[in-house]
Amino acid sequence: MTGIATAPNDRGHRTNAVEVRGIVKHYGSTKALDGVDLTVREGTVLGLLGPNGAGKTTLVRVLSTLIKPDAGTAFVGGYDVLRQPKQLRRTIGLTGQYASVDELLSGYENLYLIGRLLDLSAKESKSRAGELLERFSLTEAARRPAKTYSGGMRRRLDLAASMIGRPKVLYLDEPTTGLDPRTRNEVWDEVQRMVGEGATVLLTTQYMEEAEQLANELTVIDRGRVIAGGGIAELKTQVGGQTLQVRPVHPAELPEMARCLHETGLRATFSTDTGLLSVPLTADDQLTTVIGVLGTRGFAVAGIDTLLPSLDEVFLAITGKPAAAAADTAPTLPKETVA
Amino acid sequence: MSAATLAPGHLDDPRIGLRANLRHVGALTRRNLMRIKADPESMLDALLIPIIFTLLFVYVFGGAVSGSQQDYIQYMIPGLLGTTGLNLAMSVGTGLNSDFQSGVMDRFRTLPIGRSAVLLSKIAAETCRALVSFTILIGFAMLIGLQIKTGILELLAAVGLSLVFGMSIVWISMLLGMSLRSVQAVQGLGMLVIMPLQFGSSIFAPTTTMPGWLQAFTEYNPLSALADACRSLINGGPLAHSVTVVLVCSAVITAVTAPLAVARFRKRT
Repeated sequence: MTGIATAPNDRGHRTNAVEVRGIVKHYGSTKALDGVDLTVREGTVLGLLGPNGAGKTTLVRVLSTLIKPDAGTAFVGGYDVLRQPKQLRRTIGLTGQYASVDELLSGYENLYLIGRLLDLSAKESKSRAGELLERFSLTEAARRPAKTYSGGMRRRLDLAASMIGRPKVLYLDEPTTGLDPRTRNEVWDEVQRMVGEGATVLLTTQYMEEAEQLANELTVIDRGRVIAGGGIAELKTQVGGQTLQVRPVHPAELPEMARCLHETGLRATFSTDTGLLSVPLTADDQLTTVIGVLGTRGFAVAGIDTLLPSLDEVFLAITGKPAAAAADTAPTLPKETVA
Repeated sequence: MSAATLAPGHLDDPRIGLRANLRHVGALTRRNLMRIKADPESMLDALLIPIIFTLLFVYVFGGAVSGSQQDYIQYMIPGLLGTTGLNLAMSVGTGLNSDFQSGVMDRFRTLPIGRSAVLLSKIAAETCRALVSFTILIGFAMLIGLQIKTGILELLAAVGLSLVFGMSIVWISMLLGMSLRSVQAVQGLGMLVIMPLQFGSSIFAPTTTMPGWLQAFTEYNPLSALADACRSLINGGPLAHSVTVVLVCSAVITAVTAPLAVARFRKRT
């Protein structure tokens, strides 16, 4: 690829926990992965952002030795996915999008089993299981079969299971998809804690917000190709950062409000369907400017909110096309995607 | 490339030692047994099938086939004992199928354990289940009049022979379990194979009244030899031929199907 895969990084002290070069995986005529390059530096979190079907899960499965790539090389913790799968498995932990716990076993028994399979002694397995159950607020449910758990509890148990062996590299495949906001925050806290303890994380997500919360760097993929990459800040400047949404008391005033903001040089748009005025914020002082303008002109405002760009907006900014259509013309990338 | 990556330490040895392997099989067997404990209904077939088969066949067909129920008990129960290992084998297939369908297999596959540990632990747990079946079958049959005319060693030898034959069928069951899409399909096809084999044998009735083509089939059906061997082990009688046939059949079935099953298993894992 053309060097867009990774941001320039200092190779001085930092070492790479994950190195992926030109990985290709076909399913029949479908190219799930079409020459992916990426690097995760030790002790950092790389957010792998992409829509459904972009190839995120396929890449995680290649890096977990669950499937073999058709071409390319991948090293995790210095081990080759193809030639050293057994050593590689000792360095990784995997939390899938669909919780892979044994439903008939209790939370405790699930964790104890993984401990034993990771060659911890019976005593160690026991204490590690207790410790992680405590950490993920599952102590009360520890003896109940996992099938009685809620979706969020199961996901937490799955996350705990992937952490039993204190893996150096942790893959989190859409860890919060389908979770309520509270549980999602709990999962985020735990991931941050793991990183604080020195783990390297490869996180796949569909949410810009999640990527911003957890990741140091981002790689955006679509239809099996890396289409952009770099630090969060770089990507945000490129994408345009936050959007301000204003809900006026009188929707009839929307056109007038937009006109006033245009006079001060702000690119405001509005929708009479939603009754919302949207202003992309490109500089720090613009939020104050908007509120000031609306205040002096005497518009009554019912609500105000700032939003991060959605995945679609990210794709729009990078490729000039929405996510689904972007891949059809993927090969020609605008130059500014080089982070 | 490796210069810039994590320094591999003691993790570098790819081998899994024998003790570690045994520990893994032990931990997974424990898991399989706990699954049975958590879902006791899954034991119903192991508990009730020996009793129901015994009752049905002895009291419905016994008088007609053997003239007396007592004679039929001595004739049929040893044959039924022989096929208990077969049921064990079939449940290995369905168990593997449901494991592969749940995400838990993916978890196991990302752990540094031998691929065989999953399989061996499944066989170990199913053997425990089969031992319960044997105990119930023999216990119940003795209650309604079965006499062990030889001795405890011969009885154990009959159980052992049934297990040996069952282990050769495990590979076929594994192939089915890993090739078919649903547990129902595995059970259905398994029944389709087992039923004709079971009934087209000398297990439930002497073959002398059967038409020629069926007699020819029963003659070569290894289940007939297994039933005959178990009969001789419990009632006394010539052993050499039937036991040899069972052992040779088991060896041939294993030699043909085990490499296929293992290859399939490796591909899936």
